[in-house]
Amino acid sequence: MAVITPDNRGLRLVVRYAVLTLIAIIFIFPLLFMGMSSLKPDQQLLADTSSLRAFLPVGDLSLENYREAFERAPVGLFVFNSVLVTGTTVLLSLAICSLAAFSFTYLEWRGRGLILSIILATLIIPFETIAIPLLLLVSKLPWIGFEGLEWGWLNSYRVQIIPWIADGLTIFLFVQYFKDLPRELIEAARVEGASWFQIYYKVVMPLAGPVLATAAILKFLVMYNQYLWPLIVVQQESYRPVMVGLQYFFQLNIAWGEVMAYLTLITVPVLAFYLVLQRAFIASIASTGVKG
Amino acid sequence: MADVRLKNVRKSFGAVDVINGVDIEVEDGEFVVFVGPSGCGKSTLLRMIAGLEDITSGTLSIGGTVVNEMPPKERGVGMVFQTYAIFPHMTVRENMGFGLTIARAGKEEKDRRVNEAARILQMEHLLDRRPSQLSGGQRQRVAIGRAIVRKPSVFLFDEPLSNLDAALRMDMRMEIGKLHQQLEATMIYVTHDQVEAMTLADKIVVLRDGEVMQVGTPMELYHNPANLFVAGFIGAPSMNFLSVDVSEVADGVALVSNPSLDPVRIGSVKQPVAVGHKATLGIRPQYLHPTDPDKGMLHGTVALTERLGAETIVDVAMKDGTKIIAALSEDRMLDPGTEIGLTFDTEQAHLFAEHP
Repeated sequence: MAVITPDNRGLRLVVRYAVLTLIAIIFIFPLLFMGMSSLKPDQQLLADTSSLRAFLPVGDLSLENYREAFERAPVGLFVFNSVLVTGTTVLLSLAICSLAAFSFTYLEWRGRGLILSIILATLIIPFETIAIPLLLLVSKLPWIGFEGLEWGWLNSYRVQIIPWIADGLTIFLFVQYFKDLPRELIEAARVEGASWFQIYYKVVMPLAGPVLATAAILKFLVMYNQYLWPLIVVQQESYRPVMVGLQYFFQLNIAWGEVMAYLTLITVPVLAFYLVLQRAFIASIASTGVKG
Repeated sequence: MADVRLKNVRKSFGAVDVINGVDIEVEDGEFVVFVGPSGCGKSTLLRMIAGLEDITSGTLSIGGTVVNEMPPKERGVGMVFQTYAIFPHMTVRENMGFGLTIARAGKEEKDRRVNEAARILQMEHLLDRRPSQLSGGQRQRVAIGRAIVRKPSVFLFDEPLSNLDAALRMDMRMEIGKLHQQLEATMIYVTHDQVEAMTLADKIVVLRDGEVMQVGTPMELYHNPANLFVAGFIGAPSMNFLSVDVSEVADGVALVSNPSLDPVRIGSVKQPVAVGHKATLGIRPQYLHPTDPDKGMLHGTVALTERLGAETIVDVAMKDGTKIIAALSEDRMLDPGTEIGLTFDTEQAHLFAEHP
């Protein structure tokens, strides 16, 4: 067994921080490059890529790229669309998937094991394989809106939200977490007279903070990064999300400064969301052993 | 308040029978303890009464109503779990008032009953704390408080003291005893600790492998065990068992002996024994008294002496190699290797046809 002396304890700390710093640099440099490049004119941006200057705020800096990005594409609308679609999907997903997981974990009904296995098996199916059948399906589904009954969900928010609410991974995360909650808590609530739904929202959900944060972040990332699905189901600009909006910058002449400005703008909501939930997220990953 | 009756109650998990046709009657206001080694089915039986486990067959009634199919909340039971099971996200007050909140009781009514329960359990000063700020004993008090507040007709305790340290366990045991006197409620208590069973119970149910071995008051079980299992389980240190030869049986009195035991007549014959067969003689360590080697009824050599101050535990190796234990109610040093004789009151010895 190694002996910890004051000397090698200091050394260990140095090594530990060196490794952590290196990892942080690897993750931060792309972000730094994006942010710095967004402030530089194209010529300088391309010239800087061969040196460390690419990561430094040096040279001719301005917010010109941002102004032009807003001119080229309706950035505000795309961010609004993405935040609306992502936010709604995350909230509905947390509610629906946690209810499903509650039922799989605590209620006794015939076939629940089989159905849970089938749901988990869907995790291995890549989205690309079901994209076309799903497209055909949603193009024919009915909807009752303000204008009465209509057919087909294309070009709408709902087509970007509803197919993504329930998914195997989120249900799996909740099932794992619920299984680890002490069973006596549920039994005590039952003896005290609580109904199953009361147990769900008065006992189980208040204790589900960490898994809610994990599921929310994972779902948020999936939804905010949506590209293929909105590309094929939304043709109208008014419903387009941020990732599809990136296309606007790759038509005719590519202005890399504007691309970087756009990317910086659409990264802000993701970072903000993660920073708010990171403590709970890390706690949950540590306690469930589930790596995202 | 209510009585609880189990008639031929069975429970199986698949092909495994956990409870094999149990009949138990718990009278209104009685304190009944289910005791037995782990895996004997006592907790399962309690959970069946609570409604947390289904009953495979038989009838269970509480207060005269058959409750086999009734969900837990309609049975009028309150339960205290071994792991406390108090809700970590609620304060003590919210925990104790949980049942009333669910039942949509008025705020005044809830406050009054929570305060009353807190007063009984002397924990008024803890009401606004969270469970994480409480010690194990305090948490268990909260769990008991939560059960009291709803005024259930039957209280169920599932090894409530197992997670507490020895000193606290004794305090809480006395408090539960006091609580029973105060509330005069029907209480069913599960434990594997025979001291808890002996001190708390009006009536003890001894279980083994899902079957009732004996039901009776603590003293009935102690002085009149129906079988070897109960004889060995109740009392500490455990009863000594000697394999003996039966040489005569007349008018319910048997004459028995073995190489270390001079022939003695035993009146307390628990199961029919036959002349010429082996039987088991049970003698509690407390009823054995040391004497000179040539005077006693039993003969052996001191193997070990444990002096506890007011009591001395002596391990004696018999001639045939078996060991028996004598508990002397005095401080006395007997050197290992000393030859010794032991006498006992034959009225306090029991004869069983079974073999351990």
